[in-house]
Amino acid sequence: MTGNPGPHAGPDLISAYVAGDASLPPDTQWALEAHLENCAPCRRHVAEAVTAHAPAVHSLLDRVWTEVDATALDRPAPVRSPLLRAVRRWAPPSQAPWLLMSVLVALSALGIDLLARGTAAPSLVLLLSPVVPLLGVAASWTRRLDPMGELTATTPRAGLRLVLRRTAVVLTVVIPVLAAAGGAVGVSPALCLLPCLALTVGTLALGSVTGVRRAAATLGSVWVLAAIVPSLLTSRPSVLLAPQSLPVWGLALVVAALATTVRARAFTTLPGTELP
Amino acid sequence: MVRAVPPADLKPTTYAWHIRAEDLRVRAGRRMAVDGLDLRLGQGVHGLLGPNGAGKTTLIRALATVLRPAGGELEVLGRTIDGRTDLRALRERIGYLPQELGYYPRFTVREFVEYLAWLKKMDAREVPGAVQRAIERVGLAGRADDRMKTLSGGMLRRAGIAQAIVNDPDVLLLDEPTVGLDPAQRLEFRTLLRDLGARACVLVSTHLVEDVAASCTNVVLVDDGRLVFQGTPEEVAGLGDPLDVGDSPIERGYTALLARPRPRREAGR
Repeated sequence: MTGNPGPHAGPDLISAYVAGDASLPPDTQWALEAHLENCAPCRRHVAEAVTAHAPAVHSLLDRVWTEVDATALDRPAPVRSPLLRAVRRWAPPSQAPWLLMSVLVALSALGIDLLARGTAAPSLVLLLSPVVPLLGVAASWTRRLDPMGELTATTPRAGLRLVLRRTAVVLTVVIPVLAAAGGAVGVSPALCLLPCLALTVGTLALGSVTGVRRAAATLGSVWVLAAIVPSLLTSRPSVLLAPQSLPVWGLALVVAALATTVRARAFTTLPGTELP
Repeated sequence: MVRAVPPADLKPTTYAWHIRAEDLRVRAGRRMAVDGLDLRLGQGVHGLLGPNGAGKTTLIRALATVLRPAGGELEVLGRTIDGRTDLRALRERIGYLPQELGYYPRFTVREFVEYLAWLKKMDAREVPGAVQRAIERVGLAGRADDRMKTLSGGMLRRAGIAQAIVNDPDVLLLDEPTVGLDPAQRLEFRTLLRDLGARACVLVSTHLVEDVAASCTNVVLVDDGRLVFQGTPEEVAGLGDPLDVGDSPIERGYTALLARPRPRREAGR
């Protein structure tokens, strides 16, 4: 009910209107009705005036409402839980199993690290932390993994903002787990989280070109081949995760964030990035 | 409360046709499922008929802005759909029921329609009323607070129609809406269609020729990705002769149109 309602109606005009005053010119009456259609406060004033000055109309309206109430099918049910609704707008239910799996992967890595404590093996938590959120990010924006993907893709809300919402949910779930796991095995939190953020945002940036699912698969495989396999074979931590490469990760994060911002339109145009 | 008419509703349109396609080609996977289709649709109910694999679903998905046209021109509500269009404004005015309706099983019908209303960026103050109205129009008011997973196939279809009409779209695309509806519901659905066609361009894909005869103002027949015929149901019925296969005049007209050899089809357009 937006639109330009014009100047509000004065109390004199409203009471004359409610009283059915014959001296009220038809054009004034017409203008007032047009104004009332678009103006909730003035409608309220009319309602108050009716209650006060026109008891016959008031009782008639009451009777009509009672009859309407008697024949109405159902009252609109109250919202079950505003909190649940808000949660669902951030994280659709189809994301839940993927989030759970990400957490389980992180916890398994932690378990293996704790068992292998004292040996020279590199920390699995550290090695896996950059790819753990990619599962959830890919699942949040892949048509085949989201039952409502096709419908979501055709709505005006489909776009980078919705992708970012869902990515944020993945990160809020995964980051505390990774930070805690990293803390438990004594890895610096920056080393654990900065590559994780850089790869997540990198997935969105690359996803604006190739689709989020393919981007996650590509970056995930590159990471496995470049970091995880070599350091497991040589039993030495990868140079990619050495403290001196942190500035590089920071730079990568900034570049990826900029690229995502520049490519934001790709999420609202066709062919769209996988989900939209 | 009085239903106010916002100025946007009264604005004259700047396009001649709700949907306009010229030599449209759309790929479904590797196959060119829509191949050189010309189509002009205005306000009213249009029945999209055609055998399996004719390209009906691909056409509807392209119109719903899921697929990018591989060639030709496609305009919906005056906006060209290609790789450069920002689709957000256009998508607010489209309603779409996919052939395979996906849903979150734990949502109630009301939550499902409400979630879609939110995705369609409807004004939050209007959502509860619009959701209730949409659910009542498809006759699901009694089941509005049941979970989606407890609904039967026909009810799911109706929930899908409710989400498609919740935003009062100007272009409504329904891909096989009558699948799983029982006869009484189909009759109600036809009334709903006629009602919707009074203000929007409704494109209904279906296999049921009699649905088209009963509720559509216009028949669009496609085969092999091309337009075979466009006209009124009466014209289709007039084309069949008693020798054609079918139980009703319009079914005989339909088989007659599909049986025509290609050159005559071109001439018949």
